[in-house]
Amino acid sequence: MRAWLLRPQAKAVLALLCALPALWLLTGAFQDRLGPNPAEALIRGTGDWTLRALCLVLAVTPLRVITGTPALARFRRLLGLNVFAYATLHLLCYAWLDMGLELSDIAKDIAKRPFILVGFAATVLLLLLAATSFQRAQRWLGAKRWQALHRAVYAVAVLAILHFYWMRAGKQDFAEVAVYAAVLGLLLGWRVWHARLKQARR
Amino acid sequence: MFFRSSDDGFVHPHASEITPQRVYQQRRAFMQHLATGAAGASLAAWASREAMAQGATARPGKLAPLPGKVSSVSGASVMEKITAYQDASTYNNYYEFGTDKADPARNAHTLKIDPWAIDIEGLVKKPGRWDLADLLKLSPMEERIYRMRCVEGWSMVVPWVGYSLAELIRKVEPLGSAKYVSFQTLADPKTMPFVGSRVLDWPYEEGLRLDEAMHPLTLLCFGMYGEVLPKQNGAPVRLVVPWKYGFKNAKSLVKIRFTEQQPATAWNKAAANEYGFYSNVNPNVDHPRWSQATERRLGEDGLLSKKRKTLMFNGYEAQVASLYAGMDLRKNF
Repeated sequence: MRAWLLRPQAKAVLALLCALPALWLLTGAFQDRLGPNPAEALIRGTGDWTLRALCLVLAVTPLRVITGTPALARFRRLLGLNVFAYATLHLLCYAWLDMGLELSDIAKDIAKRPFILVGFAATVLLLLLAATSFQRAQRWLGAKRWQALHRAVYAVAVLAILHFYWMRAGKQDFAEVAVYAAVLGLLLGWRVWHARLKQARR
Repeated sequence: MFFRSSDDGFVHPHASEITPQRVYQQRRAFMQHLATGAAGASLAAWASREAMAQGATARPGKLAPLPGKVSSVSGASVMEKITAYQDASTYNNYYEFGTDKADPARNAHTLKIDPWAIDIEGLVKKPGRWDLADLLKLSPMEERIYRMRCVEGWSMVVPWVGYSLAELIRKVEPLGSAKYVSFQTLADPKTMPFVGSRVLDWPYEEGLRLDEAMHPLTLLCFGMYGEVLPKQNGAPVRLVVPWKYGFKNAKSLVKIRFTEQQPATAWNKAAANEYGFYSNVNPNVDHPRWSQATERRLGEDGLLSKKRKTLMFNGYEAQVASLYAGMDLRKNF
């Protein structure tokens, strides 16, 4: 299993797996499989998968350390770009299906509605991270600064939960929000705990 | 027979040329309709309704038939394309059966609708219990093709079956002190799995001002698409107020109460800054978290087409605007 993780095909397989939900949603729209309100199903579906992708990428480091599998680090960039891809799809679905690509309306909407603003801010942060995800950008920024910048993904996690929480606040229906908040909280909490442990050892 | 003589006697026309009695009477009803209604608009509605009788309003064949005659109430038959029964019966907000739109169609089969009765309480001369069978007989059933605009920004066009709530209200004779009417939905934790969830205070309550409740468009509804209501749509009897957001249309009614004070309403109690007592459809007053200027018509607007503009009072401005004359609709949202 560990040897397999190092093979070039492993990344290709993972990339394909990451694309499956998007393909499922897209074909669902064409096959009329998304119920009476396909626009809503697409906007919510891409949002759900962005959250799941975020959980996945943030699970890489804890898994790597806990299971002692350094090979997992190879997949971090791919999974990070996957979050960005779903966030972009989510934003695109909102802008197109909900706002009819009317840029002035979208700008007004972002300014007016806090939960949209928060979601938009998270996507802008992800864009920044995606744009600096390549090796040349890493070299250009230097390891320290690059790492500091990419810690912004923790802020993305917090913004994403806030976005989801506010969106569900109308129906006071927080069961799903609580699940994602718990998973992301655990993953971020583990990092804090791990960093303290390392400090104490020094 | 170009040359007629007195020998021909009385010349009878061919049987096929005799106007059948049914058609003759339809024409009479049509002329009466023209004479009573607002001629132009109702002419179009009447004509379109005849076309729809063979088309979209065809019975889905799932439940017992409940036919309704064409309504003569102004605005009672919009000419827009009727939403597919499949969509109208599987995309529902009925939180007693779950908060997902697909939940009610999945879960509402447990609802027990027989026997059923509505209790009339409060400031009326004739309070008491009305069995469903008596309610069904109280007034002739009419088909009302209404727009249904949900506060969430989507809409449908549904052919409801029922009669004006005013018919029932007149029978129970409200006292002079009655100013409001409140409507209560069944809240039975045994058959409604999500009663008891924290989303809302149960039972679900809605309310209208007495003059709103008396408006002929306000419908006491027993059916849709020519059949009795499916459980997920609020069987066996519900309210439909077409110029207000959909959540005002309390489902599965068990109590109607006449009061002097404005009654509490479920969504207003849950979030007073988001849901007002009136909740009239109004494209100019946004929900705090989203715009109400546009809506998506389910099953009709293409996925990539722009949402349509929401109409003032959901398109029933001509019929209901006078109810709110002089009121600040931004304050009384």
